[in-house]
Amino acid sequence: MTPLIEVHDLSFRYDDGTQALEDIHFALQPGETVALLGANGSGKTTFVLQLNGILRGEGSVTVCGLPVNQENLAAIRSKIGMVFQDADEQLFMPTVLEDVTFGPLNQGLPEEEAVARGRAALERAGLLHAAHKAPYHLSAGEKRQVALAGVLAMQPEILVLDEPTTFLDPPALRNLVDLLRDLPQAKLIVTHNTRFAAALAGRAVFFEKGKLVAEGPVDQLVQRYDWSYSPLAAADLRYSAQRRF
Amino acid sequence: MHARDPRAKIAVLLVFLVALAITPAPNHLAIGIQATLLIAGILVAGLPFFGMLARAAVVLPFSLTFGLMSWLAGEPGRAVALVEKSYLSTLAVLLVVGTTPLPRLLAGMEALGVPRTLVLVAQFLYRYLFVISEQAQHMRVAAACRQDRGRHRRPRFRAAAGALAVLFARSYQRAEGIHRAMLARAFSGQFSPLRSSSFGLIDACFLTAVSLFVGMTLLV
Repeated sequence: MTPLIEVHDLSFRYDDGTQALEDIHFALQPGETVALLGANGSGKTTFVLQLNGILRGEGSVTVCGLPVNQENLAAIRSKIGMVFQDADEQLFMPTVLEDVTFGPLNQGLPEEEAVARGRAALERAGLLHAAHKAPYHLSAGEKRQVALAGVLAMQPEILVLDEPTTFLDPPALRNLVDLLRDLPQAKLIVTHNTRFAAALAGRAVFFEKGKLVAEGPVDQLVQRYDWSYSPLAAADLRYSAQRRF
Repeated sequence: MHARDPRAKIAVLLVFLVALAITPAPNHLAIGIQATLLIAGILVAGLPFFGMLARAAVVLPFSLTFGLMSWLAGEPGRAVALVEKSYLSTLAVLLVVGTTPLPRLLAGMEALGVPRTLVLVAQFLYRYLFVISEQAQHMRVAAACRQDRGRHRRPRFRAAAGALAVLFARSYQRAEGIHRAMLARAFSGQFSPLRSSSFGLIDACFLTAVSLFVGMTLLV
């Protein structure tokens, strides 16, 4: 099977000299969900921004058989739907419906079709009732769902989600997991939430100081790198509360 | 009023403002009729009457200053007209703004030929003003939690200056983030907005009737 994303020898250095990525090799198969784990600043977000050519490093990146270069950018950005960490940065249009149709209209679809796709995506996200609301009137969870709907309306082949669980309360998190589970697209999920990653991803890769240092099942990598918030026992919490107050 | 096409409302507003501006200075009857029309508009639209009058008073410090200068220059009629006209102009603008959500108003302005770049800047400013003001609020609360309020002003000014600088840097960073998010959704530099509304027969009747009425006040 031809991978949807193929990355070879990818390196990237920011203008200030920071080496953000070094010799990355990676492949994403159709229908696969991969979690990107690693510390803050380890290069996960920089890596996903290379996939649709927003940042461009040295090496080879191919998406759906198209090399990432100036000529293919428009086609590639239609194939990769990216949901950013801060939903406020993604919801810039005056109303939810206008925001969700932003991508399809940029793809050159007629207005009626763009609106139909936007409505369908909002319905899938359970937010059709908010179509004419202003984005700043939505809760954090709803903003995240709308940002995802805006990407789904473009009918991408690959979904990239950067820290999708930030600011979500438990019900919103459950809704997001259910929604993502039902989506047929291949997914790349940048996250610190290992339970969320384990619920969705069949495989994980681990970034460390700009290098992709390991890959394997989520649980295995979490264990190997001790990559989970250690749960404090209730007794410990009570003890520390008594000591402090 | 709320249901009318924003283009009709903007056009009526322009007609009203021009008519008000060219109404001869001592013609209080004409200005009175124009004021009555505005009041009727506020009542029909169901906007808070006294709240609107109070909001329009924001222009009074400026117009009263210039009115006083005209009065002292020996032109009391012009002074009164200046205050009346500036107050009614503000009230008219508030009436249109109060009955038209800003996104529709901006769409109407664009449809009437206002440059797209200008409309986009206003649109983005409106959208992110809330986000930035929310950030500013958080920073103010965070600063207040770590400040000894009331005693020394200088550290508070320093904190406020620092917060402003951080806010500017964050706004810049956010602008970059927004641009990335736009690029990621196949943005190629050209916006393709949705058609927001259609200009119907009722809008045409509204525009014609109000414009004629306002025009006739000049004959009084």
